[in-house]
Amino acid sequence: MNQQPLHFVPTEDFRTRARAALDDPKLRRSFRGAMDFLQQKRAVQFPDGDELEHLRDLGEAIRQHALANLPDLLVELEGNLTAAGVRVHWAETADEANAIILRIAQDHSARRVIKGKSMASEEMELNHYLAERGIDCIESDMGEYIVQLAGEKPSHIVMPAIHKTKADIATLFEQHIPNTPYTEDVDALIQTGRRALRQEFVEADIGLSGVNFAAADTGTLWLVENEGNGRLSTTVPDVHIAIMGMEKVVAKLSHIVPLSSLLTRSATGQAITTYFNLISGPRKRDELDGPREVHLVLLDNGRSQAYADEQLRATLQCIRCGACMNHCPVYTRIGGHAYGTTYPGPIGKIISPHLLGLDATADLPTASSLCGACGEVCPVRIPIPQLLVRLRTEANRNPDEAVPHPLKGQGTKFSRREHLVWRFWSGAFAHPATYRLFRWAATRLRALTPSRQMGWTQHRQPLTPAPRSLSDLLDARNQPE
Amino acid sequence: MTTMSARERMLGRLRAAVPTSGTSLTPDTLKLDQRIDSHFDARRGEPPSVSEMVASMQAALTASHAEVVCADAASWPAWVARRLQEEGMRRLLLDRNRPEGAALARALPPGIDTAGFDRPLETWKAELFDTVDAGFTVARSGLAATGTLVLAPDPGSPRTMSLVPPTHIALVYASTLHPDLHAAVRAERWTDGMPTNLVMVSGPSKTSDIQQTLAYGAHGPRRLWVVIVTDGGTAQ
Repeated sequence: MNQQPLHFVPTEDFRTRARAALDDPKLRRSFRGAMDFLQQKRAVQFPDGDELEHLRDLGEAIRQHALANLPDLLVELEGNLTAAGVRVHWAETADEANAIILRIAQDHSARRVIKGKSMASEEMELNHYLAERGIDCIESDMGEYIVQLAGEKPSHIVMPAIHKTKADIATLFEQHIPNTPYTEDVDALIQTGRRALRQEFVEADIGLSGVNFAAADTGTLWLVENEGNGRLSTTVPDVHIAIMGMEKVVAKLSHIVPLSSLLTRSATGQAITTYFNLISGPRKRDELDGPREVHLVLLDNGRSQAYADEQLRATLQCIRCGACMNHCPVYTRIGGHAYGTTYPGPIGKIISPHLLGLDATADLPTASSLCGACGEVCPVRIPIPQLLVRLRTEANRNPDEAVPHPLKGQGTKFSRREHLVWRFWSGAFAHPATYRLFRWAATRLRALTPSRQMGWTQHRQPLTPAPRSLSDLLDARNQPE
Repeated sequence: MTTMSARERMLGRLRAAVPTSGTSLTPDTLKLDQRIDSHFDARRGEPPSVSEMVASMQAALTASHAEVVCADAASWPAWVARRLQEEGMRRLLLDRNRPEGAALARALPPGIDTAGFDRPLETWKAELFDTVDAGFTVARSGLAATGTLVLAPDPGSPRTMSLVPPTHIALVYASTLHPDLHAAVRAERWTDGMPTNLVMVSGPSKTSDIQQTLAYGAHGPRRLWVVIVTDGGTAQ
């Protein structure tokens, strides 16, 4: 198995990676095809626009209610889970979360971990962390397994191997799984994956999973999947560790009903997925299977920065359906890897600055035409375009300016020259006299306009002021002969 | 100790941002609950009849690639026995202490062995994975709109019984069907307390992870057979 870690530095090379993706016709065909497919499947699930909009209102209200009560809900969730025998851990950073999981593994002398799907663990680079300490993590979601065999990272949060073709996977399986002949038959490929992973479920010491929703009132972890690997990972090994971004809790189990409908319909265009797996505790004394120990790791890792700001808090409403990326014209063209972050696409652009700092992600909020498609499909109405504009503002804000909630990496794109230009501009427009002077100068000195105007002239004619301003022209016309 | 302080720091940051009431059950919560209820109630309209729900359940499950039969309490064991024989299955896991399990065991022809799940999983993990062809469980209830079985594993039918064998056979009583998930959560009062594990199953295991091509039997059961018993009995 390829254990080479892939460390991305998002800002470095975003443009290079995007360029390379744009020049790769195979990759572009993969993404175009997949995005068209997912858009169409979602559309079929929402034939009634009125029902959709109403359900989105509900989804937004539920998530906002949960965020408004987040600290209380986390304490309530912790209390109810602890009473049921689940051990709850709090991790401020990815490193802390990794260390917690390592300690649990060491307590059990664990050598092998089987993983259901968890984007939070991708955020923590957990596989790599444990591998360096002699513990193997095997991904069991088919897409994640394929990506792991290839030594890559997921390119989509719901469909990790969406960038790969049947032929790529056939070659990969032939090379990495013993006694596997080359075949592009998808059923045969899936059966190969099933066979290869089955023994891993039997032998694993620990099962690790993500969490889609958590209900504070009943102390329930709600996992959504189609394959059954999530159920196996959380049921067969003696220890189950769930990792959850701390924003995923809601007040009541009944609040998850509309959210789960929004999630499956928006993500993969399914009315419901094959399995909803609701876990509320470890194996009881009279039960014959299920893990004897269940752990929940609550992960902050920058989320509280978004939470601190009233506008940016909406970022945390996300239920990770991926509809924003499926409908994004930028994501469709450059794919998930170009972003260089765990979460790509529109949601990645607004969450990654909190996880990694604006300095490491400054190019991401600007990699958007602000067309608004992401905001329009978001099942919980996150105003993604507005948040992109806000993050652009923060990236260009003077790093020394004191603001109530400074973002990590504030002002990474700040340029004193640009700052002066804008100050001059706003000064010129603020008073009639200076405005008139500016107008007079611009029209009379138009010959001095530079012909190279940075990004604008890459693909366009230079901008030159007109010989006479609109108001001069109007004055002339209204002048009695 | 470090995790304790991590907890305090995380909660402290959140509390600094949002002054909270110390309880999540605010008047806003009640209003939200009402909005959720009225959304689903308004769109559901008149409660569907049992036969409408059976038809919907069957249609949705069939569309999800499950094999569904509606039968009365007297005839379903023979149907299951015949299907097992046709597929050449030799070892069936069931709970003999339940009347349904006992009825099925009696209907099986010689050549099909039954086994109960009577030992802790870790004492026979490999055997369960390698030698059992099918698991038979009785669903707690069903969701008609999405064709969903609600399974609440218990000591006689543990979690892996419906998960590890390549074929899962589920029995659901028509009388236990709910129109949809919202109705089930309310009628069964899920928010009053949950079992350690509750699973909703809406078809055989599947994946579209390879080039968006649907394939069945990814990790869970490849086949799902559902018996909807249209008369008598309840799973409770």
